[in-house]
Amino acid sequence: MTDTKGNAVTLALGIAALLSLAATVVLGLSLPTTVEQDDYSRLIAIHPGLAWASYVAFGVTAVASVLWLWPRTRSRTWDLVAGASAEAGVVFTALTLLTGSIWGRPTWGTWWVWDARLTLSALMLALYLGYLALRRVPADEDTRARRSAVAALLAVLVVPVNHFAVEWWRTLHQGRSLSQLDPGRDLDGIFIGAMFLGFLAMTLTYAWFVLTRLRTLRLEAELEDVALDVALAERRAEAVEALT
Amino acid sequence: MWRDAVLVATKDLRVEARSRVATNQVLPFSLLVLVLFAFALEPDRGVLRTAAAGLFWVAVLLATVLAVSRSAALEAGDGGRDALRLSGLDPAGVFLGKAGAVAVQLVALELVLGLGVVVLYDIELTGVGTLAVTAVVATLGLAAAGTLYGAVAAGLRVRETLLPLLLLPVVAPVLLAATRASEAALGTGVAGIDVGQWLGLLATFAVVYLGVGVVAFGPLLEDS
Repeated sequence: MTDTKGNAVTLALGIAALLSLAATVVLGLSLPTTVEQDDYSRLIAIHPGLAWASYVAFGVTAVASVLWLWPRTRSRTWDLVAGASAEAGVVFTALTLLTGSIWGRPTWGTWWVWDARLTLSALMLALYLGYLALRRVPADEDTRARRSAVAALLAVLVVPVNHFAVEWWRTLHQGRSLSQLDPGRDLDGIFIGAMFLGFLAMTLTYAWFVLTRLRTLRLEAELEDVALDVALAERRAEAVEALT
Repeated sequence: MWRDAVLVATKDLRVEARSRVATNQVLPFSLLVLVLFAFALEPDRGVLRTAAAGLFWVAVLLATVLAVSRSAALEAGDGGRDALRLSGLDPAGVFLGKAGAVAVQLVALELVLGLGVVVLYDIELTGVGTLAVTAVVATLGLAAAGTLYGAVAAGLRVRETLLPLLLLPVVAPVLLAATRASEAALGTGVAGIDVGQWLGLLATFAVVYLGVGVVAFGPLLEDS
């Protein structure tokens, strides 16, 4: 039986996630405004972190799907981990696009541009929304798990192809934040600090989401099993009643 | 594997020859899409001509969803999937056969649709060789990915609504690459498009999805 309350690990992780998120907000808001981007440069504290967490999430979904498909490591847990992680990933991708838009409006002068990275993120959001929709289709546990695992791998497969397609098509986004690291020139130390704190906070939050969601998914599955037993017992009782 | 593929493809094409679903429903639908684009984009301003390649491929993508849905539906009723599984045919062969049948239908559809674009959008046909190569390679990718997702969504009560959501983001690179290559052939796109690069992407996509289908179709056929 799964613990309904969560254990010390999730509690500690939750507290750590909340504290680091609070620290990110405080540090992010204390960042100096820059000449070109005004207040909006402070979004660096959360935007790259959110994007990072979404990549981690989809990576975990892929790995968990492989572990489910591999006969030796097959267990219900990996299927549920894949689902929980994809749900978190969709949330983080949506937030990445949202914060990016808020930043893009004053900086690029528009909410949305057909840039390679934006387009790729939007496509990934659509891919994983489809994956989650597929997961919600009622089916017996094994069927659903196999179907979802294959779909998750197919989705991962298309990410590099999509990457090159949109990369050749359009490029406007600046290079990856980390590959441009050159303290004192582009990004000041405090900005980098805020960005890394954001990475940490988002990763902790992601892990907390997944563990909590994993527990509720387990409980849901157990509830289904119990409900089936109860229904069977009831029908049997009815039959006995009808006979006597 | 190849013998099984030919058997399955022949079966699917024979069903199509007798039922005429693609000819009587999918094809008129895609031509209708071309007409709807013309209504939406105002033919006089030349928008249609510049956008023709992209509109053509969007119409093909929509037709792909229907063709794949139909292809998966062939086995949906009367325990067809169980029969297919029990027939002793190689699952890889079944995949290649079903994808091949879809590809043949799509190529035929593209020919008619292409004619429609030339006539309705006033396009001067140039670079026919490039167009033909683009169409064939893109169609292989579409048929392979489509057949795979058709199998994922097969047997679900929500198949019609779920399949487009699953398939369209996956085939987005095909739309991009095929449109760019066709634009280069027609001379309607931005100057200096590297056709080889886009054709390479289309070929990679087709090879990857054909390969995955050969491996993954067996397990997919087993469930539901």
